[in-house]
Amino acid sequence: MTLTAPSARTAEHLGRGPLSRDEMARTVARDIPRGSYVNLGIGQPTKVADYLDLGSGVVLHTENGMLGMGPQAHGDEIDPDLTNAGKIPVTELPGASYFHHADSFAMMRGGHLDVCVLGAFQVSGRGDLANWHTGEPGAIPAVGGAMDLAIGAKSVYVMMSLFTRDGAAKLVPACTYPLTGVACVDRVYTEQATFLIRPDGVVVLETFGTTVADLAARLEVPVRRLEDAAGA
Amino acid sequence: MTAVAATPAEAVAGIRDGSTVLIGGFGMAGMPVELIDALIEQGAGDLTVVSNNAGNGDTGLAALLAAGRVRKMICSFPRQSDSYVFDGLYRAGKIELELVPQGTLAERMRAAGAGIGAFYCPTSAGTPLAEGKETRVIDGREYVLEYPLRGDVALIRAHIGDRMGNLVYRKTARNFGPVMATAAALTVVQVSRVVEVGALDPENVVTPGIYVDRLVEVGPAHAAQQEAS
Repeated sequence: MTLTAPSARTAEHLGRGPLSRDEMARTVARDIPRGSYVNLGIGQPTKVADYLDLGSGVVLHTENGMLGMGPQAHGDEIDPDLTNAGKIPVTELPGASYFHHADSFAMMRGGHLDVCVLGAFQVSGRGDLANWHTGEPGAIPAVGGAMDLAIGAKSVYVMMSLFTRDGAAKLVPACTYPLTGVACVDRVYTEQATFLIRPDGVVVLETFGTTVADLAARLEVPVRRLEDAAGA
Repeated sequence: MTAVAATPAEAVAGIRDGSTVLIGGFGMAGMPVELIDALIEQGAGDLTVVSNNAGNGDTGLAALLAAGRVRKMICSFPRQSDSYVFDGLYRAGKIELELVPQGTLAERMRAAGAGIGAFYCPTSAGTPLAEGKETRVIDGREYVLEYPLRGDVALIRAHIGDRMGNLVYRKTARNFGPVMATAAALTVVQVSRVVEVGALDPENVVTPGIYVDRLVEVGPAHAAQQEAS
């Protein structure tokens, strides 16, 4: 995977706080190369679309059968036959195409999508993803396209908060929630740092309002600076 | 050959208790509401229903569930903000659920329609949904063996059909329709409009009529469809 980081060193952005949700979305969008075919998961990842150049640079895929998805539809634009995977009415852009579900997931599993951005409950240090089921008794399980997306796209980016409301880390040595996919995550975007998940371990690409040393002290999974991992 | 039915009731006639019914739609987009209403009226029960979701609100699939006709749901995403009918039945232990990843659900029906005996799929490998399934490592990657999913009946909604059963769809309402049409012994399709043979450009046909057994015109599902043709 090619890095779009501005430097070969971990960037520690101090003198500021953690990223807002909009800033996180903008950070993910910045790292998606022009010309990419991209699937944005339900929830927070949807916001990334606000910062992508959909007219020319990036083509959005929605698993319910469309490439060239445009922004959310409003007012007269709303058409019940045109929705995204979250069943929100959307619009079509020039050059859009429609296809059936088997084709939609074949292009996903077949490795034709460049990037997908997903939310997560937990990501492990080797890139295992847990984002479909809390496993709590009484919870009705629903998987949708999460497992197909996790193993299908060439690059899988996760967007999540680094800690739960209770202060537990969500980047962990091993997931305790039921897995969505094994060793499938390439990057984790959080409000405090962006992490690269590499075969040799977790590397911090940049931090926001904190340092690598501070993160290392608060996480159970080992993390390294980019310059210490370079060439690995 | 495709038969054009006069009414949705005629289109669903003969569906038996215990059938496996594939029902198109992603949420309400592509949901064959008129055919489902006719099926409720027709009375078949003890059904296994295959659909992406497990009903929205009180209409369509949710109404069939509420009528107590479904023994088992096979779907990818039952839990939604408006899936209260299914949620209630599930929590009361009145319905069985088989959860299948969305792409695997589509591909299992594609396999059924294409005469494939089974296939190895990377989706769900190493997760709870692969438990108990045969796996195999191919070129260093783990795959899960998945079997075809056949329907006795498919109920789907397309946009326009000609009298030979050739179909075109509309936008993302296409979703599972073309795959389900191939995967059932009896495929029943509702369309906004039935047109004469030759009125559809053969280059634009999405589902060829060979897959369609019964066709019924129900008029546009909503105002937006009236303008499109």
